[in-house]
Amino acid sequence: MVTPILPLEVSEAVVKRRGKTLLGPVDLTVSQSGFTIVMGPNGAGKTTFLRTLHGLERLSKGEVTWQVPLTEARLRQAFVFQTPIMLRRSVRDNLIYPLTLRGTKKVKARALAEEWALRVGLARTLEQQAPQLSGGEKQKLALARALILEPDIIFLDEPCANLDGRAMREIETILLDACAAGTRIIMATHDIGQAKRLATDVVFLMHGHIIENSPAQDFFAGPKTPQAAALLQGDIVE
Amino acid sequence: MGDIWEGLVAGFWLVVTLDPDLVEITLRSLQVTVTATVIASLIALPFGAWLVIRRFRHRRATIAVLNALMGLPPVVVGLIVYLLLSRSGPFGVFGLLFTPTAMIIAQVIIITPLIASIAHQSVRDIWAEYHDLLISFSTTKRQRIATLIWDGRRALMTAALAGFGRAIGEVGAIMIVGGNIDHATRVLTTAIALETGKGDFALALGLGFVLIALAVAVNIAIHAIGQTESEGKW
Ligand SMILES: Nc1ncnc2c1ncn2[C@@H]1O[C@H](COP(=O)(O)OP(=O)(O)OP(=O)(O)O)[C@@H](O)[C@H]1O
Ligand SMILES: [Mg+2]
Repeated sequence: MVTPILPLEVSEAVVKRRGKTLLGPVDLTVSQSGFTIVMGPNGAGKTTFLRTLHGLERLSKGEVTWQVPLTEARLRQAFVFQTPIMLRRSVRDNLIYPLTLRGTKKVKARALAEEWALRVGLARTLEQQAPQLSGGEKQKLALARALILEPDIIFLDEPCANLDGRAMREIETILLDACAAGTRIIMATHDIGQAKRLATDVVFLMHGHIIENSPAQDFFAGPKTPQAAALLQGDIVE
Repeated sequence: MGDIWEGLVAGFWLVVTLDPDLVEITLRSLQVTVTATVIASLIALPFGAWLVIRRFRHRRATIAVLNALMGLPPVVVGLIVYLLLSRSGPFGVFGLLFTPTAMIIAQVIIITPLIASIAHQSVRDIWAEYHDLLISFSTTKRQRIATLIWDGRRALMTAALAGFGRAIGEVGAIMIVGGNIDHATRVLTTAIALETGKGDFALALGLGFVLIALAVAVNIAIHAIGQTESEGKW
């Protein structure tokens, strides 16, 4: 039995850059299972928040603690960036890359790459150079490349921003499947409809602070803050 | 004027008929410089990549030194290698002075900073692009360097070719440490210098043609690599 890496405890986490506070202080517990949607206007700190949990941002204060040592926890999470990062290789080699890092056998890695390419609808582009894909295709590839390692938790920074309706449905199905299979998901999005379809709970960020953190039902039924209410009504939130 | 014309014709003739002296000298040149380029690349390419991913206190200074070393006068490198390898020098016991090995050592010293510097610049761009992803995947230093070298392989080949181009045309250092000994350490550049001095323009020009052809070939190769980069072929 593998030790679970969750719950994740975030206490008093603060991220500052050049004297400006980008995030925090943030306190949060990420439970073992669920699908957390992170919302908030542009510049609210969603990206910074996700990157901080994943360990990509240096903390000025506070801490982020997993249930296992950090080096092990790092190996069991994945991140999909807001702007997809494509290795200058074929789609196939992009998918194989993380597997090779973890020492997966070549034959198995190739099989998994093909399976995932099929799942995200990239089967016909396997030999294409990844940097030449369309914006939406890049996002699908980045998602598949993150899920291929079967992480315990995955951070997704607006993964559907460039996707058409059909692709979005397909990706949502994949995410819900992963979630049902036990992958913890934390995802930023601006799409309220999508948030309603996926979320088990919602974190609402403004100016680097969590101003609301509630179960999805409660959040959508009656947000506690006027800002969240305004957002749900489609008003401009500032 | 007539002399020059006759020299050109005779030189051309030597190339066309594969004159044994000319062939021998060309092959030795290639042997020395290809070896030096391979050794220098094995040092410089990983070092250039390592400099990019590694944040250490004297990184900037190291890069500055590297760029300064690129401008080292080859003659001075030759002098230093001569002193090190000469009978009374620290490595005198190996008896390497006036051997092709000595020439390889000098060329490695001359082109390693050049290759490392070009490699560093091209890998730096890829690293800026890949940084977050490679950190996110918890890659080890070794994996990062391998990834950057592999995905930057075209630019790195270009760097190695630039090193080759510089080494094959160099004369000062090679002359000092090799001694331009017939059938032993005579290469294209030193032979040209000697034959010109003697007034044998035919061989000098014939060797000159070969040298120019090599330089052109290197540039065509660099250009071709740039082409495949944009087409994403390999
Ligand atoms: N490295 C940095 N240095 C200085 N300021 C930064 C840095 N990174 C982010 N910021 C600032 O931090 C704030 C939060 O940025 P962040 O990218 O987290 O917002 P976001 O909620 O993801 O926005 P969006 O919806 O546009 O993606 C912004 O005001 C941004 O300008
Ligand atoms: Mg963002």
